Amino acid sequence: MVTKDKLNKLLAELEATTTLEGLQKTIVRSRHVFGVDHIVYHWVDSAGEQYGCGSYSLDWIQRYVDMNYLRVDPVVIGCYQRFHPIDWKRLDWSGRAAREFFADAQQYGVGNQGYSIPIRGPSGQFALFTASHNCDDATWAEFIEINSRDLLLMAHYLNRKALEFEPGRRPEQVRSLSPREIDAMTLLAMGYSRAQVASTLSISEHTLRAYIESARFKLGAQNTTHAVARAINFGLIVV
Amino acid sequence: MLRYLHGDALHRHPKLARAMFRDRADQFRNRLGWEVRVNDAGEEWDEYDHATTLYVIWQTPGGGHGGSMRFLPTTGPIMVNDHFPALTGGRPLCDPTVWECTRFCLAPAAGPRVAAALMLGGGELMTGFGVAQFAGVFDARMERIYRAIGATPRILGSDGEGRNRISLGLWSFTEDARLRVARRAGLSPVMARHWFHRAFGRAA
Repeated sequence: MVTKDKLNKLLAELEATTTLEGLQKTIVRSRHVFGVDHIVYHWVDSAGEQYGCGSYSLDWIQRYVDMNYLRVDPVVIGCYQRFHPIDWKRLDWSGRAAREFFADAQQYGVGNQGYSIPIRGPSGQFALFTASHNCDDATWAEFIEINSRDLLLMAHYLNRKALEFEPGRRPEQVRSLSPREIDAMTLLAMGYSRAQVASTLSISEHTLRAYIESARFKLGAQNTTHAVARAINFGLIVV
Repeated sequence: MLRYLHGDALHRHPKLARAMFRDRADQFRNRLGWEVRVNDAGEEWDEYDHATTLYVIWQTPGGGHGGSMRFLPTTGPIMVNDHFPALTGGRPLCDPTVWECTRFCLAPAAGPRVAAALMLGGGELMTGFGVAQFAGVFDARMERIYRAIGATPRILGSDGEGRNRISLGLWSFTEDARLRVARRAGLSPVMARHWFHRAFGRAA
């Protein structure tokens, strides 16, 4: 299992990435963190343009493009109308083209198991985040059970980053925090405990929790620590 | 049994789907008096009922609709952002680890066990897909039902007073909550997991 520390480090690394090369490096490293053969991010737009990064071999990527596998890949087809993660075994591999595609993918070391998370962004953006591996069914089921939440987080961090890099896209509007939210986040950033923050602001801990929670949502953060970090990054609070 | 069906698979279960949309009309228009659209066939559905919508349905032993709810990711168009901005303080809810749950509906004959069974189904989605929380808008009457089945949400915002109050709640699902809700539903957690895997996971 991925420890919280390792995951946070990985997500922080993703967040700090400013170049595509950096993104690629982080993804390739992430497969060691998760302990799988491959981690891949695959963006497909409505015009059929694709873009991706990850640990698949360059040969396989070239092969995928040359063979126009986008049109037969059951992972892309099967995930397109879904928003929940999908174990490759649940996809329809029964057609001849799909079976040949799968056999070819094995030749290139993709792995017999896969778990893909569909991601939808603004204006119909569609991407897939995939972990793939070579192992038996039971091992893979256990891997999914243990890692599903971490993979979901990683997928969406990655997508946010990919959107940032997309030329022509407006930078993400950072929503401003209310004065009370700024107070709360600032005091937390200074190392105050929740009880201390509540007492300093003369509010109940219950009310404080509401401020922290709304700040967390605005910042798109996973937890309080992450929200504080983002608030500092965005220059919303000064410590 | 608990069924997990996508919008684009409802046509394979026409009887069940029709009963669900009719029971929704009965609950939301007739009993709760909400301003929902009901078609000539007496079915209630809206723009959030589409191909990708995920339904959790309690199917009665006779194959009928016992109760249901539907899920959408908060990263796409959802009801709370489109229709209840007051509940989120005008700030859209958008979080990959939060799904929106709407149209929590019980068939007229269904009791608290069905409500608990649906909650258990929702919990399976969270556990199975790594989703951290569900968000949902509910009215004062539902508060009591949620409390009764041991699934009280954390309230993010409310609007209105007394019987007319509506709230936005967040549900998380601990292992404790899972066992508690399963007990209320009179279902074995093992069965619930089995139904989930049958729909999404490894073969049973």
